[in-house]
Parts: sequence; structure tokens; C-alpha cells
Amino acid sequence: MADFDVPVLGDYPICPVPAIKPDAMKGLKPFAVNNPAHNTALGFPGALVDNWEEVAVAKMRELLGKYRSLQVFLDSCVKCGSCTDKCHYFIGTGDPRNMPVARQDLMRQIYRRYFTAAGKYLPKLVDAKDFTREVLDDWYSYYHQCSQCRRCSVYCPFGIDTAEISMAAREIMDAIGLGQKYTNEILGKNIKIGNNLGLPPPAIRNTLDGIEEDVEDDTGVVVRFPLDVKGADVLLVTPSADFFAEPHIDGLIGYGKVFHQAGISWTLSSYASEGANFAMFIGSYSNMKRAAMRIRDAARELGVKRIVVGECGHAWRVAYSFWNTIIGPFDFLDPKYPVPQHICEFTNDLIRRGALNLDKSANDHRVVTFHDSCNVARASRMGQVPGGQYTIPRDIIKASCNRFVDMASGTIHDQTFCCGGGGGLLTDDLMPLRVKGAYPRMQALRQVQEEHGVNYLAAICAICKSQFSKVLPYYKFDRDMIGGVHQLVSTAIQLGTKE
Amino acid sequence: MATIEVNGKSVEVDEEGYLINLGEWNEAIAERFAGDDNTQLTPNHWEVITFLREYYNDYQIAPAVRVLTKAIGKKLGPEKGNSKYLYELFPYGPAKQACRYAGLPKPTGCI
Repeated sequence: MADFDVPVLGDYPICPVPAIKPDAMKGLKPFAVNNPAHNTALGFPGALVDNWEEVAVAKMRELLGKYRSLQVFLDSCVKCGSCTDKCHYFIGTGDPRNMPVARQDLMRQIYRRYFTAAGKYLPKLVDAKDFTREVLDDWYSYYHQCSQCRRCSVYCPFGIDTAEISMAAREIMDAIGLGQKYTNEILGKNIKIGNNLGLPPPAIRNTLDGIEEDVEDDTGVVVRFPLDVKGADVLLVTPSADFFAEPHIDGLIGYGKVFHQAGISWTLSSYASEGANFAMFIGSYSNMKRAAMRIRDAARELGVKRIVVGECGHAWRVAYSFWNTIIGPFDFLDPKYPVPQHICEFTNDLIRRGALNLDKSANDHRVVTFHDSCNVARASRMGQVPGGQYTIPRDIIKASCNRFVDMASGTIHDQTFCCGGGGGLLTDDLMPLRVKGAYPRMQALRQVQEEHGVNYLAAICAICKSQFSKVLPYYKFDRDMIGGVHQLVSTAIQLGTKE
Repeated sequence: MATIEVNGKSVEVDEEGYLINLGEWNEAIAERFAGDDNTQLTPNHWEVITFLREYYNDYQIAPAVRVLTKAIGKKLGPEKGNSKYLYELFPYGPAKQACRYAGLPKPTGCI
């Protein structure tokens, strides 16, 4: 099936530390921007500038001045080795440059050469290097082999966050005109059209009409999927994959059924039809703001009281951690509700209040496990209690089905393994990396499949869902195993009994 | 940009093999793309390709997988209106592979 080696799953719950394979992934890199418009739309040079070394160093100086964290991360590593075997891409590829410390060192060697006295005068002594084309090529390759999942930072005694370094590296590369096609093209569509896929409003409406038909055919109950309805209470902002892809669309159906049964008026927006915000992957706060501002504008225009965010990992990180700064204040929303609110928090509150009628036995054909998505698990929180991002989705699952088991400790909660496709890497040109990077998660999944008969892998992230539906078959799992948490709710909810 | 020769005419494609100028599409190009993947286009493939092109014409975007499966189910029978069947026809994914044959832009996002 693959023209590259797929890791072999074993009897262990967590993958062993692999033998080192130097340069195993050296050649692998995603397509760079070829059409200059994909860069210029975001304010970056259309192609690699001639004096790129000078511009890159100047950009690095700017970032070091702006982000104290970046300098602390570059200064404080003591090479203790804690992070070395924590990255799913290292575990799956064996390439030592996929050890988080080595990934950081790609920037550290440049930082030392241009910004520290020792590196300026005695570069060899402190492993400082000139920013040559060869180094730039390594940056492009290995900073696009990091999904910015932050698992390594959980184990770092200094809290060094490789994701921040990788975002800064991509920001520097964008500043010299070396953009990644997948991320930049998509972010441009989001800013211009309102969603990553480039769905125009009539296409969204057409899809929603189809969903309304399907739900009525399945249940006999008319459930509306409103678009651009002024005066609705809730604006739902969800990843546009929920309008397009499988299994995502079943989650969208689940959200709609929850709103319907709870009797809460809601709407989607064709202007702000995207929760995802790829600007985070490239560290570009100006573009993050441009994309997010559409949501603020839509919320004001529609006059909603609350904003709820659908199942999307980094959308939630951007919403939870950045919205207030970049598009706040939200003084026009109802202060009774959290801003923003995660759809899982929303649904869980309804379940606890007894507002939903869920028949768990409707999911008796499923044995469910839950994959904590990295940006929800490690970069944000959910609900009013610490650790809510772990308990709330699980509480919804347990309220919707009878059989739930967790994967091995060390692979869940804050120690969760990335799906292998996050951070702007969900592109076909990185398929070998995506498959190998999924290895630790697949291993933990195989264990619960063999021991408990798990046949449903629930996730609350559009990237996780797409990534798993692609990589599961490489590990001889059924593609259809992956689904959303609200897909389980959708199956369990008894429409027409409570509304 | 790369170019390919189809019936003596050169056609531009991007680095992932999608047509640059959508207006240049013709059936021979679809046959050529499929041939490069060792696929022989059957009438069932053509049902999908034709639907994709009609939908794109109406909405300037490829249809959601759900919309496509439903349409194919109506045309070819309910047992074929599912993504499993579409994956049999287009093993690299109905959205991406079929769009390429149909001369549509690659759908990209969190999909």
C-alpha cells in the first residue's frame, strides 16, 4: 500500500525508543509556495528574496525582541535529554533531527552565531553556524516535521516549547518568501472567502439543505441547520471540514440535533464559516487577527448572544487563548456565558441539566475510545474546572454509549500523542511523515482494540479526523473507526421525545 | 509548472498534477490522468466525474462527499451511494482523485 516503510505495531502499550537512523527524513519537505499570490495575500514576499540571510536575521531580531519566551527557550536548554524520545515523529522515523532538542538546535545555532558574543567570535566552540542555504533547507524540512503538538514541552524541566520555536521559524521563512503551499494557500482562502475550503455561501446552504433532508429521512423529525439567521442566540463557528468531509459532517449533524432538542436558537455564518485559523501554524498574529476578525464581525452583524466553537483543535486554542486579545473585547455578547464556549462544554451542560434524551444502547454496536487532540489537551482548557478538557468530552461519550475504555496512560490527557497531521502537515506531500508519526497513537489503539474490542476512535478535531481516516488503513484498521464525539451524541439522541 | 502532452496539445498542471487552467479540460485529459494512475475509466467513474463538473459549474467548488455519495446513490443505485464504493472507484480518495480527473482544483483544508 505504501512506497515507504510503515512501522510495525508490537505487543507494548507505548512504542519503544527507536534505533537512530540519521538523516532518515532529510529529504522530505512539503511543497513550497510556487504561485507568488499565495504569499503576497498574507503580506509575505512572493518568492525567496535575494538578501534572504539578512532579512531572516533581522526578522529573528524582531521576534527575539517581541517574544521574551523565544529567547528564554533558546538560552535555557541544558541538553538533559528528557525530550528526546517524546516526539511522535522521532518515535516513528528514528531520525535524530526529529528529537525536539535537535529541532530547537536548528534555530539555536543561528541564534548563537548572530546574537551571542561566544557565537560571534568562537562559533565552533558553541555550535554556532552561519545561516547558509543548506541550513535554510534543513529548517524548511525539519520545521515542517513538527506538528506543534507540544508533547515534548510537557517533559521539559524548563518548559521549553518547541511549538513556539517552530512557529517562529516558519514566521522567519515566510518573511523571506519561503512559504509552505498547503498552509498559506488555505489561510489565504480563509481570509478572502471565510473558510479554508473556499466554500461560497450557496455551496454551504446546499450542503445544509442536504443534511436537513437526511436527518428527516433518518429520524422523521425536521431539524433545521440555519445559516446567516439574524437574532439567533448562538453563533456556531466550526471547521469548514464539517461541511465537506467524512466523518466530520456527522458531527455537524450531532450539533444540530443538540440545538434542536435543547430548543436553543442558533445559526452558522457564511461570512465566518471557519473555526480553523492556520495563521497559528506560521506564527503570524497579523493574519490570525484578519481571519478571526471575520468571526467577531459576523457575531456583531447577526446580533448573537454567545459564540460556540465546534470540534476543532487549534480553532479552540486560538479561540480560548487568543481571541480576547486579538478580536476582543466581547462586551456585545451576553456575559452570562463563557466566551468562547466549546461545543462539548455546551452539550455537557445540557446533559447535566437533563435537557437531552440520550439512549446509550443506540451505540451498543460501538466500543469507544477517546483521542485527546493536542491543542485542546495541552494548549487550552474547557469548562470551569481544571482538566475539563479531559473530563468533558469523556463525560459526553459515557452519556452517549455503554462501552468506553481509555487508551494506555502516558498516551492520553496531557501526554496524548499527536495524530501525526497537525500544525499544517495535513497534506499529501507529507504522507510518509504522517503515517510514521501516527505510529504511537496507532500502537495504543491496537492495544485497546485487542484487549477490549474497541472499534470507534472518537476525536474532537477536524485535522485528527482527516488524518486518521487516511492513516488507519496503513495500520490495518478500518477507515471508518474514526468519528467525532458529537457523532456519538447524534446516534444516541432521541429526537421528538423532549423538545 | 509542469506540462503534459495530451493529443498533441500541451497542458499545464501544478506540482500535484491538477490542471492550472480549468477551461482546458476535456475527456482525453481525464483518461490521461487516470492512465497515469493505472486506472481504466468505466461508465461509473464517468458518472462521478460528470456530477463533479456539473456541481462545480453551479457552485464554484467541489461537492461535499455526502452530497456526492447521495447523488451517485440516486444515479447508480443505493448500494453504491456510500463512500466505501467511491473509495473503490477512486482509491486515493473520492474528493481529491476524482476532482483531479474532472479538472477541478484540489479541495484543500482540514480534509
